[in-house]
Amino acid sequence: MKRIPLAQASRTLRLQVLRHNPRDPASEPHLQTFEVEEADSMTLFIALTEIRERQDPSLQFDFVCRAGICGSCGMIINGRPGLACRTLTKDLPQDIVLAPLPAFELIGDLSVNTGKWMRGMSERLETWVHNQGFARLDIDSLEQPMEPALAEQIYELERCIECGCCVAACGTARMHEDFVGAVGLNQVTRFRLDPRDERSDAEFYQLVGTEAGVFGCMTLLGCEDLCPKELPLATQIAFLRRRMVAAG
Amino acid sequence: MQIIYTDVLVIGGGLAGQRAAIGAKRRGHDAIVLSLVPAKRSHSAAAQGGMQASLGNCLGGAGDNEDIHFADTVRGSDWGADQVVVRMFAHTAPKAIRELAAWGVPWNRVERGEREITVDGSRQTIAEPDAAHGLITSRNFGGTEKHRACYVSDGTGHAMLYTMSNQAIAAGIPVHERMEALALIHDSGRCHGAIVRNLMTGELLAYIARATCIATGGFGRIYRVSTNAVINEGMGAAIALETGVATLGNMEAIQFHPTGIFPAGILVTEGCRGDGGLLLDVNEHRFMPDYEPEKKELASRDVVSRRMEEHIAAGHGAKTRFGEHLWLDIRLLGADHINNKLREVKEICQYFLGIDPVRELIPVRPAQHYSMGGVRTDHRGESPQLRGLFAAGEAACWDMHGFNRLGGNSVAETVVAGMIVGDAMADFCDSVGGELSLSSALVNDFGRREQARLAAIASGGNESAFELTRLMQETMTAQVGIFRDRERLEQAVSTLQVLQLRSRDIGLRSNAPGANPELVTAYRLQRMLKLAQCVAYGALQRTESRGAHFRADYPRRDDLNWMRRTLARWPEAEAGLPTLEYEALDIMQMELPPGWRGYGARDYIEHPDTALRKQQVDEIVATVADADRHARQQALMPFRHLLPAHLRHHNQRLGDTS
Repeated sequence: MKRIPLAQASRTLRLQVLRHNPRDPASEPHLQTFEVEEADSMTLFIALTEIRERQDPSLQFDFVCRAGICGSCGMIINGRPGLACRTLTKDLPQDIVLAPLPAFELIGDLSVNTGKWMRGMSERLETWVHNQGFARLDIDSLEQPMEPALAEQIYELERCIECGCCVAACGTARMHEDFVGAVGLNQVTRFRLDPRDERSDAEFYQLVGTEAGVFGCMTLLGCEDLCPKELPLATQIAFLRRRMVAAG
Repeated sequence: MQIIYTDVLVIGGGLAGQRAAIGAKRRGHDAIVLSLVPAKRSHSAAAQGGMQASLGNCLGGAGDNEDIHFADTVRGSDWGADQVVVRMFAHTAPKAIRELAAWGVPWNRVERGEREITVDGSRQTIAEPDAAHGLITSRNFGGTEKHRACYVSDGTGHAMLYTMSNQAIAAGIPVHERMEALALIHDSGRCHGAIVRNLMTGELLAYIARATCIATGGFGRIYRVSTNAVINEGMGAAIALETGVATLGNMEAIQFHPTGIFPAGILVTEGCRGDGGLLLDVNEHRFMPDYEPEKKELASRDVVSRRMEEHIAAGHGAKTRFGEHLWLDIRLLGADHINNKLREVKEICQYFLGIDPVRELIPVRPAQHYSMGGVRTDHRGESPQLRGLFAAGEAACWDMHGFNRLGGNSVAETVVAGMIVGDAMADFCDSVGGELSLSSALVNDFGRREQARLAAIASGGNESAFELTRLMQETMTAQVGIFRDRERLEQAVSTLQVLQLRSRDIGLRSNAPGANPELVTAYRLQRMLKLAQCVAYGALQRTESRGAHFRADYPRRDDLNWMRRTLARWPEAEAGLPTLEYEALDIMQMELPPGWRGYGARDYIEHPDTALRKQQVDEIVATVADADRHARQQALMPFRHLLPAHLRHHNQRLGDTS
């Protein structure tokens, strides 16, 4: 029988957080439960901040923009990677389990070193426009024109915020530490699409034509399912694989 | 204590810091960037709507040039800006955007042919010319005469920051992430680097550098309601202040953005209004034309925010249990425009408000947004008091925004300042004065002092750092907000003094090894309280209204007494107030003498120099009547010689012959 919804009494949320401080020799990974009175429009950013301020000041986590644009706060929320800052508690059950993103070095509790991983990926894949002309760039004259649709297409792929959710959601990345992940492969397609980048397919093949690159993907699609920016990651990987087969 | 040596130390990994580092590196100097967070997560990424640069490619921008950008910016500043710096900025902005275009930013481009736009509440069809097809386009923003904000959908800052970061990686510039500068090392008026804390391990290090650049952004988090990221706590400005030597300029000049979503304070871009969005009240009445018939929703931010608060105070706000707000209506822009050009706005509305802005109104209210003030520097970005200390971007006051910044001028400033200051630091390193000469004893003294401060907090009293932070933020939002008066400001000054005393008795509940987030909150609070006091005390002393600084008890701009920049110093660490000094702005040197801004209050107290200078300007212009606009400008207020040589050339535009 359907019930008529009544005005809901505010809930007491139970947040179970996977705690571990690698700097503390006595620390063992364990789940710790915190109770928080739910408030209107409460996000996990608000709930975790309240826990740190009122219950346990040692709790470690990372927030920067708290608006879903900087990619700092990726964590495992009830088993799925996501951005904590824009996750509303009203969309979650009363019991919420939070864990740090796997596949990244743990700094402490929910804080992981995505920055180090992403910089490493950028250096390996050379995720920047390669152009011989930079040394004598003319910035006084009219810029080179670009087709408006192409600029929008490049931005579509550039919306990645390097949050690491796709890496945490990736079967290959969990098995092969050196897999560049959907984040890396997407960036390669972004620069391959960009006419300002003079690299050839053969050069891109050198970067990703391996098991650590585009041929490592098992097409489990976790990356695309869980990308907070809803990037078409699987399509990019499939496309890149076809191009790399042709180039290789 | 580990000591790391470099030529150039840049504190802050946003657009300004990374561009400055790239500039120094290109000139052959090693640069290290310190960042609280991974560089691509810096607050520059939050800039949504656009970067001002007078390219003038699209129809709405046609006829734009540096002169108009200059005049808009000076009017926006309410004549508080340094006009020479504004000139340097307006001239370099097109170069900055073209450099970024070459480096990879996917700027939105002009599409030839007809398209629909929304102007003043109604739809119009315009046709872009063939010649402009594929060049960088721009959108309208507040306080500007032309459509000048170049954009990448509404992820402009994100796209710029990723391109800049990637180019910094390409240049091999190390970014030491999760590092926080706690103090500048200095003696005899010379800065030698910084004492730095590792935010993963908690250990202290010293970075010794010939030139040090503060590029740490703003300090919005001294307020409770702010659009700023949680890392925008102003530590760069604070450590400059704590030298007791360097000064902070115009700290009372705080911008409130009209459209923070209510109640969270998350920003939705000015591009919403630039593209044709409207502000509505509780009765869905469009009220801005009633107050501002000239520019309506697109007056400068200080004016729009004041009008909104005025309208709420008059009883026209929508009431909720969190307080009152107004509405932003972008429904008239259509689903296609919102899904393509305002997609971050759409996501923010979906995730934080649970609404679809294609069909529903967005609840908004002004929120703290930008710090016009910061580390006082000259036009090259160097502190006049502390040689070898530079600052760039929002952290600096060189001073191109005066008392109100125009939308889209901040991301433009970050890159332009990075270009200029990067070169200035390279010049400094190349000069005799740029040689390092310091003793390891000095470094160790500074290291021990910071260690002692941390230890004092760890063994402290009963006060809670979180509680005191909350009290500071509430004080600032309630008493040093959009409308200010003597009574509220005096209360704020005395409350902040009490909080400062109490902050010496902070105790810690946690002694967790590592960075210890509670300790971080505690030491930052002690520094933030000093910044907050510079804002409150500076606002109390400034008995006029200029730009974003509005005194209900002194509602007029007072050029007679206040054509002056506030400089705050904190010479005694334990003192309860900063020392304020003032630096005159010389009307007789201005290219654009003071007048009405073209929006906002018409009433101001004139300085006698204004009439003299206006006459002088007319006479100078008459003597060069046949010259081109560059020569006319040169006759009025020369500036190009102050730029690095490679940035002095004219900017080419569509239709120019050369």
